[in-house]
Amino acid sequence: MTKRRGLGFGAMLLLAGGCCLLACAAAHGQDAAPAAEQAAEVGQLYDHPVVESLLFYSLAAATVVAALGVCIARDIVRMAIWLFVTLSTVAMLYFLLAAPFLGAIQLIVYAGGTLVLLVFGVMLTSRSPWIRFEVRPSELLAAGAACLVLLVGLVAALLRAEWPEAAAGESPRVATLGAELLTTYLVPFEAISVLLLVVMIAAAYLVRQEPKE
Amino acid sequence: MTRFWTPWEGRPRPHYSGLSALLAGLGRGVYRVAAPVVRHRWFAAPVFFGVVVLGVVFVWLCGLFNEAVLADYPVLRDLLVVTGLAIFVSLVPVFCIWWERKVAGRMQSRCGVMRVGGWHGWAQSPADGIKCLTKEDLVPDDADPVLFRLAPYFALTPVVVAFVALPFGTYWVFRHLEVGLIFVLGMLGVEVVAVIMAGWASASKWTVFGAMREACQMVSYEIPLGIALLLPVMTVGTLNLAEIGNAQAGGWHTWLVFRSPFLFVAALVYFITSLASCKRAPFDLPEGESELVGGYHTEYSGMRWALFFFAEYVAMFVVSALAVILFFGGWNSVLPDRWGEVLGDGYLARAVRGVVFGGPLWFLVKSFLLIYVQMWLRWTLPRIRIDQVLYACVQVMLPLAMVLLLGHTLWELWLPPELIAARVVNVILAVIGAGLLLAALAVIIRSRLNARRLVGYLAVDLLPGA
Repeated sequence: MTKRRGLGFGAMLLLAGGCCLLACAAAHGQDAAPAAEQAAEVGQLYDHPVVESLLFYSLAAATVVAALGVCIARDIVRMAIWLFVTLSTVAMLYFLLAAPFLGAIQLIVYAGGTLVLLVFGVMLTSRSPWIRFEVRPSELLAAGAACLVLLVGLVAALLRAEWPEAAAGESPRVATLGAELLTTYLVPFEAISVLLLVVMIAAAYLVRQEPKE
Repeated sequence: MTRFWTPWEGRPRPHYSGLSALLAGLGRGVYRVAAPVVRHRWFAAPVFFGVVVLGVVFVWLCGLFNEAVLADYPVLRDLLVVTGLAIFVSLVPVFCIWWERKVAGRMQSRCGVMRVGGWHGWAQSPADGIKCLTKEDLVPDDADPVLFRLAPYFALTPVVVAFVALPFGTYWVFRHLEVGLIFVLGMLGVEVVAVIMAGWASASKWTVFGAMREACQMVSYEIPLGIALLLPVMTVGTLNLAEIGNAQAGGWHTWLVFRSPFLFVAALVYFITSLASCKRAPFDLPEGESELVGGYHTEYSGMRWALFFFAEYVAMFVVSALAVILFFGGWNSVLPDRWGEVLGDGYLARAVRGVVFGGPLWFLVKSFLLIYVQMWLRWTLPRIRIDQVLYACVQVMLPLAMVLLLGHTLWELWLPPELIAARVVNVILAVIGAGLLLAALAVIIRSRLNARRLVGYLAVDLLPGA
């Protein structure tokens, strides 16, 4: 199987490089001093700013590489595993940001749930599980153009944005999150539960057995 | 018997090359040196005694230095804790595999492993490990080379990482995670990915279908598992495992399992659903199929297969540990903590309090008791079919868990623990629990006393010449 490296591949590389640049810009723009004051009760993060920067850069690089892997992989299951690595590194980034609840929920919902669903869907619905992707040059061109436009727009927007100072304080307690969900954000919460109910009913309807005449 | 085993005449010699040759030579050398010593009948006792003494010294040093010295050296503390956890996580499967074979033997009126090592075959697990190391490194031709090799590590890593948030005592935890419980749940949920990867990468129809079924079972049983775990979280009001353990420090009647009949049944629901998520006991259809046709680890041999089984036994411990922390009092003993306050604050007082009134020792004993119950169920109950598995999950466990959740919510609202009615129910449940435990003890003692008559002399006396 010949390897097709076209414009789309180059555009994806450009996107990856742009994201790395963005990460560096954002990290340097931030003031490194409050790192010591952010009493990460969440896990006694090493308060040294160098360690924190090192962790952030390596995790960000890992996320970008894994996302690239999702795009470049030829095999569906390998793509799913790269996606799992991406989701896990994002969860680690959440832990680094002193948002442990969000990190744990990311692991449970995305890595443990959505990914499994994806793999089930792929494996149970594809005609031949060992099919490999064949990409036409026109598709590569369209994908490359779309990626380039998105890259330019994202880089421009993110570099121009005003990043607020990181609030030096403790991470919100889970009890506070729960209380907020049930008081201030009750309407989105109920809307999401209605959405999940609709999804479940639709899934049950799709797999129903026709009554035999 | 010869001092060590030698191959028969004309046995084809295996050819190793490179690193495998080094490892095989090392293994053979270790065997030749150690075999005459290990087979001696009184070798096991000093080894066991020495390991226990070393463990106690390590634990005492950790407790001593944790407050005084290590508070200022977080990196050193982290290194020590990681070393301790790595040793523990390696020893738990080694011990559990031997114990499982002995328990299986006892359940089946036979002795279990008796040969390897001088006392009840204690060296069987290390011998199995060495054997697995020297096996051929086999990867099927059609298998995905990267994913096939990666799958055992994807299976082992999450359950080991779950120990980051799992407390063995109030301060005996690597990180005090505010969201400890859902972190451990997330790690147990990541195992499904490893199962799918292993089944897929083996490039065999049977492994793919076996992995699908197994993943389906694990994922379905996560729902009643999570709902059953909501009840103690709701009672104590926090996801922090250390705080949940500390809330049960007032003696055995304050254990969460005895607080309301809904929690009593929820402990049972959690235990059964955790059996399914560990692929254990009556829910080991995928493993049972692996004896016949397929299963996700059918193409794995040697150390890779051993790593899958390490992951399974460590997951058994993690799941039992969660049950102990959430329902059965965690690291607290049956005596209330405040009775231990009179002892004072010296080193000896703290040691006595750690042994009698709660500490990692109680936690380990309770967890291993629950692991014993898991092994007991495995060798007693027959396997159930996949449709029965899913029926039990969706039509029995899930409605039951929801009813328990609703009932316990109303119980907590209308019958707070101060009311006399709640206390009466608490005492009744505690007495029932104690009665069950005493009944089990009575059965065990009776069967030990009448072993030769009930079970047969073969399970009690050594064979002549052994």
